[in-house]
Amino acid sequence: MYILETRNLNFFYGDYEALKNINFRVETNTVTALIGPSGCGKSTFIRLFNRMNDLIDNTRIIGEVFIEGKNIYLKDTKIDELRKKVGMVFQKPNPFPMSIYENVAYGLRVNGETNKHTIEESVISSLMQAALWDEVKDNLKKSAIGLSGGQQQRLCIARALAVKPSILCMDEPASALDPISTSKIEDLIIDLKKKYTIIIVTHNMQQAARVSDFTAFFYLGELIEYDVTNKIFTNPKEVRTQNYVTGRFG
Amino acid sequence: MKKNTKQAIAFNLFRLISIIIIGILFLILYFIIIRGIKVVNWEFLTTMPKDGMKGGGILPAIVGTMCLIAGSMIFAFPVGVLSGIYLNEYLKESKLKKFMRLMTNNLAGVPSIVFGLFGMALFVNKLGFGDSIIAGSLTLGLMVLPVIIRTTEEALKSVDDSLRFGSFALGASKIQTIRRILVPTAFPNILTGMILSISRVSGETAPILFTVAAYFLPKLPTSIFDQVMALPYNLYVLVTSGTDIEATRPMAYGTAFVLVVMVLILNLTASFMRNYFTNKNK
Repeated sequence: MYILETRNLNFFYGDYEALKNINFRVETNTVTALIGPSGCGKSTFIRLFNRMNDLIDNTRIIGEVFIEGKNIYLKDTKIDELRKKVGMVFQKPNPFPMSIYENVAYGLRVNGETNKHTIEESVISSLMQAALWDEVKDNLKKSAIGLSGGQQQRLCIARALAVKPSILCMDEPASALDPISTSKIEDLIIDLKKKYTIIIVTHNMQQAARVSDFTAFFYLGELIEYDVTNKIFTNPKEVRTQNYVTGRFG
Repeated sequence: MKKNTKQAIAFNLFRLISIIIIGILFLILYFIIIRGIKVVNWEFLTTMPKDGMKGGGILPAIVGTMCLIAGSMIFAFPVGVLSGIYLNEYLKESKLKKFMRLMTNNLAGVPSIVFGLFGMALFVNKLGFGDSIIAGSLTLGLMVLPVIIRTTEEALKSVDDSLRFGSFALGASKIQTIRRILVPTAFPNILTGMILSISRVSGETAPILFTVAAYFLPKLPTSIFDQVMALPYNLYVLVTSGTDIEATRPMAYGTAFVLVVMVLILNLTASFMRNYFTNKNK
């Protein structure tokens, strides 16, 4: 069974069809990169997995999205449970204006966890998993806004991990960061693969090649090609894919 | 003309205008302080008026104004903030929302004397509160409600959407996001609305004229259904309708001085609170 699967998925902003008949599936504990030029629908696509698109007015979805075998667009879906299961890291680091500790604890608190001991353990282990613990362990009470961009992004990853997701969706998580912070995030992604399934949107071909096992190329709302990363970058079936990954357009 | 010359002229013009504005403010303060400071002493602040308001203090007016500020804020702050939250977080862009915004703005444009008349008709007569702190507070509260609603709305609007998405993505509900993220983040700016409101409430005469203000009442209120004296109205009375206006004039300047200082202290307190919450968010 695939941890994530979409069947005949179409998505509309008003009358505009942003995604056209996408069939896509992801295996557990892999990293899948979504690539394609701006406006091709990859960010829209990733947002469908935890129903963040619900927050945008005047949108419509046709087709099915299965997470762990369950269609998440059925009426009885518990959105908060879904969002715990499918974590999300955004393009721009968005730490809450509160302490580092409270940022990570937030997801637990809003989901009803009140046991101080449990929260503390989870905060520590999440920060460790996000490779941030050593840098912040003495400053947990300090505001998260004071961290560097790269640290903020790793904090956002820690925050997402704290609610124990099985899938982690990342929307260009390193595009606002310097090269050193970027490489830290990339190492982290490879490391997190052991425990989580990761889907990452990226504009950076090298990044996709470095961190992902599978790569999906989107163009004008269509999934053009989806294969093992190595194959996409060395021997793609489609000319459009070839042109994009070699930098001839996009 | 050269670009730089133009810029220099414009720059100096702006500077001149700014200086004039600040100058006017200081002139007012100077005028009030010089004339008021002579009468203000401990007795003036802590005793009842006597001798047809030619002597004694203005304690009941100070207490009265304090009561009205507190009363109007207890009413208007929660109602205004909740309305602002509703407008910005719940109501989608629609005709209804546009209409509500328009009406809120119109409410802000209603002359204060009309609020006074309305307060008299509704709170004093219809609801039978009589001339009382509660009637005056509610009237003043209604008057500043649009200010609080608008500033709350603007404060929430300025919170980056990425924080909303971040919170929702962790499984938080809308109400949790509002309570734990949006309101705390917007709070310093929401307080700005309160600061403006306090200044208006403490200075307005018209809304309290028919709803609470007593001409002469040398005792302190014991319940919210009591009438009180208030600083701005007391000032008006001292300047216009005493039995011996020349003799009460110094008392008027004293009252003005107290009113200005009181508003200043309240504003500074609120500003400190605002800075405190801003720093807490950093």
